[in-house]
Amino acid sequence: MVSVALITVFVFMNGLPSMVEHGFMEFLLGDRWRPTNGLFGILPLVVGTLCVTGLALLIGVPTGVASAVFLSDILPKKPAAVFKFAIELLAGIPSVVYGFFGLIIIVPMVKRIFLPILQVFDPEATTTGFSIMAGGLVLAIMILPTVVGLSENAISAVPSDYREASLAIGANKRETAMRVLVPAAKSGILASIILGMGRAIGETMAVLLITGNVALLPGSILDPVATLTGTIALEMSYADAGHQQALFAVGIVLFCIIFILNIIARFVASRMGVGGK
Amino acid sequence: MQKENVFEIENLNLHYGAFQALIDVGIIIPRQRITALIGPSGCGKSTFIRTLNRMNDLIPSCRVEGKVMFDGEDIYDKACDVIALRKKVGMVFQRPNPFPKTVYENVVYGPKIHGEKNKDRLDEIVERTLKEVALWDEVKNRLNKSALGLSGGQQQRLCIARALAVGPEVVLMDEPTSALDPIATLKIEELMSGLCENYTIVIVTHNMQQAARISDFTAFFLNGVIVETDTTEKIFANPANTKTEEYITGRFG
Repeated sequence: MVSVALITVFVFMNGLPSMVEHGFMEFLLGDRWRPTNGLFGILPLVVGTLCVTGLALLIGVPTGVASAVFLSDILPKKPAAVFKFAIELLAGIPSVVYGFFGLIIIVPMVKRIFLPILQVFDPEATTTGFSIMAGGLVLAIMILPTVVGLSENAISAVPSDYREASLAIGANKRETAMRVLVPAAKSGILASIILGMGRAIGETMAVLLITGNVALLPGSILDPVATLTGTIALEMSYADAGHQQALFAVGIVLFCIIFILNIIARFVASRMGVGGK
Repeated sequence: MQKENVFEIENLNLHYGAFQALIDVGIIIPRQRITALIGPSGCGKSTFIRTLNRMNDLIPSCRVEGKVMFDGEDIYDKACDVIALRKKVGMVFQRPNPFPKTVYENVVYGPKIHGEKNKDRLDEIVERTLKEVALWDEVKNRLNKSALGLSGGQQQRLCIARALAVGPEVVLMDEPTSALDPIATLKIEELMSGLCENYTIVIVTHNMQQAARISDFTAFFLNGVIVETDTTEKIFANPANTKTEEYITGRFG
């Protein structure tokens, strides 16, 4: 409690003056982040973070929920336990290792596989591989343990009465999972998604290594972006006083986004907690 | 031309791992009649009723031998389509288990799974089945509210409607009223005599009076064996086996 309060006070104390100095709106909505020229518009960073996170959710959530259904209701108990253990292991891998994996495997893959696909629609497209796509893919893997673990718990907790009722009407396992179990477990699944989203937004090291860190508004998912966290981590070491304060202000924005997400997660979980529609 | 008997079962043996739950069970379930299965707890009646729509498939250690003929086809044959079987042989469970969806969505769940998309036809199914279970007047103004807001008895009737919505020939009921109060129980019993004009009903019950009141035929199970099966009248008035007599007069079980 005390440390949370201290961190909050510290970040706000260091960051707020900079926000006020550059104008609140210009800070939030300015589309140029050039700290060396005194331009502190964080819109490209916010957009970068949201794009990478959004893509990660787009890929990670369907995969994660499908895996959760597979583990809880389709696979027999013993192999399911092995898979669950493997997915829990994913959570223990340091994020810099994910970044390394992304750098070696995903970034070249984006260049080799996704660029030709995009070029079908836009022949001028180019990419270095460092991109929203690469960041989204790696983050999708990183949020899997959160999404799969919590969703699997929620689905397993659905009373088996519902399963029997559905199967007895002649539904198969897939229909039962999609139409009865997932809807009945939706509060838990939603909470898992929001927590996964928090993880994705807060992730620093992995995205730092693979998104390219170019603070410009991206034109396509193969463009490089800079994220809020990545920018703070990269620039803090050489920032002068004003720049440093601006980075603290970026921290405030990050802080608020994650704080709001947590509140939504709690609200969703408590509101839809008991069965209900 | 439909056969007179819906189910003809011969030499049915069922094992859960090393435990034998049903021993040489043989019974005939006549069409459009109510057949009651009675017997003390753990005697195999619920296990037996679950062999009729292959719900026992869900239990990994369960092994079934023997012949279960449904409309002249062995449902334990490899060629049998379990989905199609369960569409024709519906089931109602001990505890009311409507889905956490609206009343309407509960009833159309089965028809939708089996491919019915026409809204008018779905509406028609909802009205017809809810009328069949005497629930229409009580819920027609709240079809789009959650089914979990209904009373226990209403929920159970909704579950019966949900089972009827896919147009089954048989409805299996596994102690459908044991979780309900006497008034809700009475309503479901009244319903059943009407339902057997169109459907064959097999009901497991612990309640002897219930079996006597509503069924046409009764089978008495004891330790995995059918001790006696006959018309309900005969079983209750003049049982052939002394075990049956002891059970229905309440000396054990």
